[in-house]
Amino acid sequence: MSDKSHDPNKMTGAAMIVRALIDHGVQHIFGYPGGAVLPIYDEIFQQDKVEHILVRHEQGAGHAAEGYARSTGKPGVVLVTSGPGATNMVTPLTDALMDSIPLVCITGQVPTHLIGNDAFQECDTVGITRPCTKHNWLVRDVNDLAKVLHEAFYVASTGRPGPVVVDVPKDVQFAVGTYHPPRKSDVHLSYAPRVKGDAGQIRKAVALLASAKRPVIYSGGGVINSGPEAAKLLRELVEVTGFPITSTLMGLGAYPASGPNWLGMLGMHGTYEANMAMHDCDAMLCVGARFDDRITGRTDAFSPNSKKIHIDIDPSSINKNIRVDIPIIGDCGNVLGDLLQVFKAEAKKPDIRPWWQEIAKWRARNSLSYKKNNDVILPQFAIQKLFEATRGRDTYITTEVGQHQMWAAQFFGFEEPHRWMTSGGLGTMGYGLPAALGVQVAHPDSLVIDIAGDASVQMTMQEMSTAVQYELPIKIFILNNQYMGMVRQWQQLLHGNRLSHSYSEALPDFVKLADAFGCVGLQAIKPGDLEGAIKEMISVKRPVLFDCRVAALENCFPMIPSGKAHNEMLLPAEANDEATAAAFAAGKALV
Amino acid sequence: MNQPASAYFMEERRVPTEAHTLSVLVQNEPGVLARVIGLFSGRGYNIESLTVSETENQKHVSRITIVTTGTPMVIEQIKHQLDRMVPVYRVVDMTLSGRSIERELAMVKLRGTGEHRVEALRLAEAFRARVIDATTESFVFEITGNSAKINQFIDLMRPLGLVEVSRTGVAAIGRGAEGM
Repeated sequence: MSDKSHDPNKMTGAAMIVRALIDHGVQHIFGYPGGAVLPIYDEIFQQDKVEHILVRHEQGAGHAAEGYARSTGKPGVVLVTSGPGATNMVTPLTDALMDSIPLVCITGQVPTHLIGNDAFQECDTVGITRPCTKHNWLVRDVNDLAKVLHEAFYVASTGRPGPVVVDVPKDVQFAVGTYHPPRKSDVHLSYAPRVKGDAGQIRKAVALLASAKRPVIYSGGGVINSGPEAAKLLRELVEVTGFPITSTLMGLGAYPASGPNWLGMLGMHGTYEANMAMHDCDAMLCVGARFDDRITGRTDAFSPNSKKIHIDIDPSSINKNIRVDIPIIGDCGNVLGDLLQVFKAEAKKPDIRPWWQEIAKWRARNSLSYKKNNDVILPQFAIQKLFEATRGRDTYITTEVGQHQMWAAQFFGFEEPHRWMTSGGLGTMGYGLPAALGVQVAHPDSLVIDIAGDASVQMTMQEMSTAVQYELPIKIFILNNQYMGMVRQWQQLLHGNRLSHSYSEALPDFVKLADAFGCVGLQAIKPGDLEGAIKEMISVKRPVLFDCRVAALENCFPMIPSGKAHNEMLLPAEANDEATAAAFAAGKALV
Repeated sequence: MNQPASAYFMEERRVPTEAHTLSVLVQNEPGVLARVIGLFSGRGYNIESLTVSETENQKHVSRITIVTTGTPMVIEQIKHQLDRMVPVYRVVDMTLSGRSIERELAMVKLRGTGEHRVEALRLAEAFRARVIDATTESFVFEITGNSAKINQFIDLMRPLGLVEVSRTGVAAIGRGAEGM
């Protein structure tokens, strides 16, 4: 058109969406087309700045975006259609909310005049996703779209990160309106997360730490979310204070597993030394963790004699499960920086040698030990072999949910943050395979391995097809015991060994399945096969399904039985039938 | 130590609950009330009373007044959960501030003749309730006051032919010159 008054910011809603993605530096989005997002897909077709990855199921898109976000620190972006497209996103959105992962999910919606009419592929997307997002929007006017999209990115990635949904009716995608680049006024005045910690509280915290005789640092996913600087500061704090440090499942990698002060993971399947240190400490510094029930065990017996400091950006995490003495609301990195500065200026390294001696005794119990076996592959052994084979490589690990996840957390050592992607809060089986896709998209030259179980991996198995289409050489390392292992373990420990529906009598032949997908299938049956097969898996530059046949009835220990305290852990050496029956009797009704 | 019942602890722990009145200033936009109510139902908090109305038309600000009950730890949690919602400006615990006025309006319908009618009118006068509708066999009273006063009035009306009651729920505001 030769219109002289042509305004470059006048465009359709669909064009605005793509433009906003570009303005926010988005390079990859994960999605699945459908009737209510066709105008957006038409815009995507006509540009090459944003690459779209076509998944096989919307849930796969959501977890892929989570993997992408968690491994890069940038928000993951998802584009799905109305109705089933949106409802299939409910699981990844909830997963991202529980684990504080920044996601921006754009959903198509039926045209505004059809909303509420039970139209084809209509659902109340904002209603359904309200409890599983940090915030969501239905955009009824194309002139609100730019503002909402910019706010969506801001809300998802600031404060405590989380998922957001922008629901865009099809007529709004077609309508022409005015776009504007991101600006400050796009955000609600009421949204202002606190980043800087209170100086007085930080001073109190330093005083407590400096006078501690039996201190412990307990870090979590918040340190990872805060960015690489926070992990650096955490390491410096450990160095400066000489304190022992443990971490939640979500926080692995913030402090290196090879570090001298590392106690291992804490909680239900954490190490004996980590849980005993938590129980017996006199000062606890919790950084970016939330005293979840998998961490605390029985709350009224949780670390009974300690003063507790809690650093968290979300005020609602403070005093939710455990009363703390010195809450500090702010961003982990920011607060750790201030805390370190005050500590260096006003305190000196306390002498805690007796405490370390005590810890050494707990370490000597060797709580992660297992009996060697030359006939069958033990899952712990498989992960140790995998870890050894990947040492020194640029490796990212994702997992599904269950026993294999806990063994991965126990036996795979993480040296850096952003290298470990797992579904912690929601416990979503089927997370790991699509998450690995997302990680590989973000890091095309890295080694990306999904440590999987045979049951979990079948929940999102279809995404192997996506991996083949985009030549994403993800490695799916399946610890195949033919059981839902964690379900079986609980049935064994709590339900008289009645293994109700936890055995898969029929499983696909994973090697043939790999062939059918057009990727590589490998198998290891004997312990002697393992090293060679893992080597081959790593050297193949294509997606791999690795069927690692492991001991069927191996259980995951150590374990804090439900309803017990940290100092009532069950160690593998003590886990005979009578001891477990007695230990678990009380907690039968619990989760 | 005032710990909540553990997720692993099945027996009921008896921590006394308290009633608190919370004033919540929110951006008046579609879905904001659903967010607040969803938070309460989703996390298992109680709502004893809830009122909501736009209070500053130009700024699209609404004020929600919620009366809730819970242990002190739960009340604290409710306030933080409300405060972190994107469209929430401020949450003030009117009960903790200790300097607030609470009022509720009720319309009370009565059917009756003879002695009961006379008695109802006499009581209404004592409670400063106004007659806002009357037929030969019925009255509708309007009464304003704190919840206890309204409860008492309704109890007195019951034997006199009470038909139905419509109540607004509690609205609250702080005393003195300061705003929230």
